[in-house]
Amino acid sequence: MSKIHVTTRINGDEAEFLCDAEETLLDVLRDHLNLTGAKEGCASGDCGACSVTLNGRLVCSCLVLGAEADGAEIATIEGMASGEKLHVLQQKFLDHAALQCGICTPGILIAAKSLLEKNPDPSETEVRYWLAGNLCRCTGYDKIINAVIDAAAEMRKV
Amino acid sequence: MALDEYQKRDFKIIGTRQPRPDGIDKVTGRALYGADITAPGMLYAAMLRAPHAHANIKSIDTSRAEAMSEVKAVVTAADFVQGLGDDTQDVIDACIARDKVLYDGHGVVAIAATSRAAARRALKLIQVEYEVLPHAVEIDDALAAGAPVIQAGRRGNKVPKGYNDNCTNWCEFGHGDLDAGFAKADKIISRSFRTAATHQGYIEPHACLASMGPDGQGDLWCCTQGQYFVRTLCAEIIGMEESRLRVTSSEIGGGFGGKTTVFIEPIALMLSKKAGRPVKMTMSRDEVFKATGPTVSSVTDVRIGMTRDGRITAGEAFLRYQGGAFPCLTIFPGAQSAFAVYDLSAVRTRAVNVMTNRPRQAAYRAPGAPMAIYAVESVVDELCQEFGLDPLEVRLLNAASKGTKSSYGPTFDDIGLLATLKAAKAHPHYTAPLGPNQGRGLSCGFWFNFGGNTSVSLNVNFDGTIGVTEGNPDIGGSRVSISMMAAEELGVPYDKVRTIVADTNSLGHNDVTDGSRVTFAVGLATIKAARAAIGEMCRRAARVWDIDEDAVIWEDGHAKPAGPNAGSHQPMSLAEIARQSPNTGGPISGHHEVNAEGAGVSFGVHLCDLEVDPETGFTTILRYTVFQDAGRAIHPDFVEGQMQGGAAQGIGWALNEEYIYGKDGRLQNAGFLDYRIPVASDLPKIDTVILEIPNPGHPYGVRGVGETSIVPPLAAISNAVSRTIGVRMQELPMSPPKILAAIKSAGN
Amino acid sequence: MQYAAPTTTEEAARLLASNPKAARVLAGGTDLLVQIRAGMIAPDLLVDIKKINGIRDITAEGGGYRIGAAVSGAELGEHAGVVAMWPGVVEAVELIGSTQVQGRCTMAGNLCNASPAADSVPALVAADAVARIVGPRGERNVAVLDIPRGVGKTSLEAGEFITSIYLPKRPDRASDAYLRFIPRTEMDIAVCSAGVSLTLDSKGIITEARVALGAVAPTVLLVSEAAKALIGHKPDDATLAALGKACSDACKPIDDKRGTIEFRRDVVAVLAGRAARIACQRAGGSL
Repeated sequence: MSKIHVTTRINGDEAEFLCDAEETLLDVLRDHLNLTGAKEGCASGDCGACSVTLNGRLVCSCLVLGAEADGAEIATIEGMASGEKLHVLQQKFLDHAALQCGICTPGILIAAKSLLEKNPDPSETEVRYWLAGNLCRCTGYDKIINAVIDAAAEMRKV
Repeated sequence: MALDEYQKRDFKIIGTRQPRPDGIDKVTGRALYGADITAPGMLYAAMLRAPHAHANIKSIDTSRAEAMSEVKAVVTAADFVQGLGDDTQDVIDACIARDKVLYDGHGVVAIAATSRAAARRALKLIQVEYEVLPHAVEIDDALAAGAPVIQAGRRGNKVPKGYNDNCTNWCEFGHGDLDAGFAKADKIISRSFRTAATHQGYIEPHACLASMGPDGQGDLWCCTQGQYFVRTLCAEIIGMEESRLRVTSSEIGGGFGGKTTVFIEPIALMLSKKAGRPVKMTMSRDEVFKATGPTVSSVTDVRIGMTRDGRITAGEAFLRYQGGAFPCLTIFPGAQSAFAVYDLSAVRTRAVNVMTNRPRQAAYRAPGAPMAIYAVESVVDELCQEFGLDPLEVRLLNAASKGTKSSYGPTFDDIGLLATLKAAKAHPHYTAPLGPNQGRGLSCGFWFNFGGNTSVSLNVNFDGTIGVTEGNPDIGGSRVSISMMAAEELGVPYDKVRTIVADTNSLGHNDVTDGSRVTFAVGLATIKAARAAIGEMCRRAARVWDIDEDAVIWEDGHAKPAGPNAGSHQPMSLAEIARQSPNTGGPISGHHEVNAEGAGVSFGVHLCDLEVDPETGFTTILRYTVFQDAGRAIHPDFVEGQMQGGAAQGIGWALNEEYIYGKDGRLQNAGFLDYRIPVASDLPKIDTVILEIPNPGHPYGVRGVGETSIVPPLAAISNAVSRTIGVRMQELPMSPPKILAAIKSAGN
Repeated sequence: MQYAAPTTTEEAARLLASNPKAARVLAGGTDLLVQIRAGMIAPDLLVDIKKINGIRDITAEGGGYRIGAAVSGAELGEHAGVVAMWPGVVEAVELIGSTQVQGRCTMAGNLCNASPAADSVPALVAADAVARIVGPRGERNVAVLDIPRGVGKTSLEAGEFITSIYLPKRPDRASDAYLRFIPRTEMDIAVCSAGVSLTLDSKGIITEARVALGAVAPTVLLVSEAAKALIGHKPDDATLAALGKACSDACKPIDDKRGTIEFRRDVVAVLAGRAARIACQRAGGSL
């Protein structure tokens, strides 16, 4: 079976891989590139645990083919902190105890970062609707929403 | 019960909000969950699942799949020995069908191949011939005369006459004279309630990596709530000694009870054994819904009598639960908990479990209690309406308290129900104004809590830092809480302690992370392990000072002479004792092993305001407050998290979550699209009020907090909806079509 | 399975025509990839149309807008011109899936998936939108209403695919609105839905109207009786009651896991009335 050769950029680094046509970007990240921060919770776009950005746009990596990544810019949770320094959102998630099991956390952080880039001062309702595609079963969302709003306030100060 | 553990004291670290040790890994994507690791030469497993609710397997032909070069192992039920103990046999029979398919999605053949795609292709080449049988997926259908028998020979010996062969378990609890009690009532209300089966809905599907060698030794990495339990089950199923199987628990992406048994692990081990290579097995989301363990569905008849001044005179309930195609004990906690929040002189519960063509149920947060208490709290609410009484006052009047003989037998010690009720009454939420189409509901909740077998090892490193090794997977912040208890007891700063979760072969047995037991039991064992280490450190100081070891005391992280008679010695810090330990007798550690008793029971009260759209039946939760007794909140963030998370799950259960079966007995909503767990925009802020009524059975007063919070939302929301629309709702979930139909029926 | 990403419509049409039974168009993929993973379909070839020149563009044309077939929901929602002219269409498209799905999903894909519950379709039908189709025999324009032909079925012929959807010019004092019912606030498929597009005169009387309903029949319904109930009236209670009755009468719903016949019949009337009010308000009318 012939594979597709894909050249892409992930978290700023060039990446190359071979994939089958039916493999999703999530399959490629996890199985070929060993970037397991994006999680498969449903493989149908209903849980958001696999969220990444593709050319700056928030997507579910389970709903993107690996082949479609050719020539694209992809950002995953592994690229969110800079070196030892956590992103404000990551720090606020820890400060607010906005995670319990943590399986949804990478996807929610990516989605929240994408929100704050578009809307630096979201209302609670805006945060809740933006994150509606990121299921969390542990927290009841309360502390997640607090963390995002607090991070937004902190980021506006800078 | 060990009820003399608690000692009042001032805490330095307990009650503060410390950073969790697994935090950084979880916000950076580095944390490794069940599906996140690989092994050299690893194969991928896939499972062929039956498309029938109930069918005999006439034949299985795997020859075409086995002819594929990529396929390295094929496993069917025939590969497993039969005649295991009933419970273990049921576990493996639920994973892979023996001669009969018992539910839609029941595993039939497993394959291990060199790639996921090859495994999927191989499944398509397998031919299974089925003889489809009549099925029963609903309780009433399975109980009916002439119902298909799900499994022959499983009728319970305690089940009374008049019940068919699908009835596997029966129980009764209670005390007092019911007839006399009901005779004293000014009003008796009888109602029947139904709840749908719900799923724990953890976001991480089951996943494992199994590796069996030809020497009969095995390694298993999996997401589980209990690595020891996985080892025990798998070793028995595979036919190996426990010491030869090491099970390592990955980080776990939610469990809520659903990961307290195995669904894929023995299959992966058998595939690995046959292939001689590591095998990774992961479930897809639809497999999780179809072939893991949702909770029971229920039908509960409740009859309660009350005087016009609000005194409950008698209560009785009859519970019918189905927990899938196997016997199931969830009726026990259901029947025990139904009336547990009340101090009653006459109470009786009876319950029967009936088999259906559904997957074998697993525990789900306070298993059995939410549906039973929902039924009771609904009738109590209706009686309050009947007499025009304040529902909170009526709860205060009838609440169980210290000395109450509980509805399930034991007499309560110090419990927090009255305190939570009083806190709810005093809270501004209870008297906040409501608008049109809005209503307020409340409910009490209860859970037993559990202690159980626990081992903890605590090491004092030469540099004065502390390593705690415990054996319970950390679902929601237990490592931080355990570190805090160790630091508190030793008198060292929190950041000197690091707690890790051991694999099965690195530490003595630990029961599953369930029953809200970890902070209680592992905490208790950690404190005692720390005390053991302290004893040793005092001995070392005594040796250095050349005084009697009884003359050394431990205070604020230092060994000190007990008094002037012990001589004048500078206190030695833990770090100094540790540094000198190679010369005073070697490494210092403490450990503790216990089958912990004294897990204090837990109570909560929930208040819910909501609005119903009278034209569509859509319910909006406006305000939600959780009051719960934590005994002692070690880390308040994670106590609040348990209270909020349980409330959110209960809200989902009350409004929209349900297993939906077609007439063909097949599951119609095996995905997050139509199995509707609450999303962020569905919920308001969930406020929390933590009460601290110390548990006499724990040195710091800890009670488990994980489960009680899912119990009250069902009735709190149902009571609020019922009050809003003026119709008593009797079925969950209260999806919009049901609410709109109720509104219309009231209008007619 | 093979993957191809042609850069011209001709090449895409040729690829699709070369294997008409087993080739599928990939635009946003938010339905297609789910169906492939679930084993519902097993195409031999995916033709990714996103690299075709101009297919991700929104262009002003004839007073209206031409929306390329690969324009995502998020991109549409960021286009101020379309939002101002066709707010009902935009709100319908924005209801498809989550924020993540919005980054990928397209109107054309929503239409071609041919689900009775597709959110954008009733709004597009109410807007009298027209799809431009390219295929082996060239280009043709077809009203969106005429694309769905049953559950999962469209009127597109072998080798054909949609390249754009045209939203026509709209007169002054005209607007649209779309509402759907779902049991949660997000992440659900419509149980029933209603799109209303209307024009008012200077006194606020409705002079033109189109009312389209979703998830109450195998395909979207354009309900002329519902439009008649609105025309000549203000959106007062009596008018909306007549509108609602026309909608309830027109729909042919089923009982399924998402709702009952009775519920859909009742609620679609409520949604049509509420959407009509919102559209009137947006068109500058008073309530």
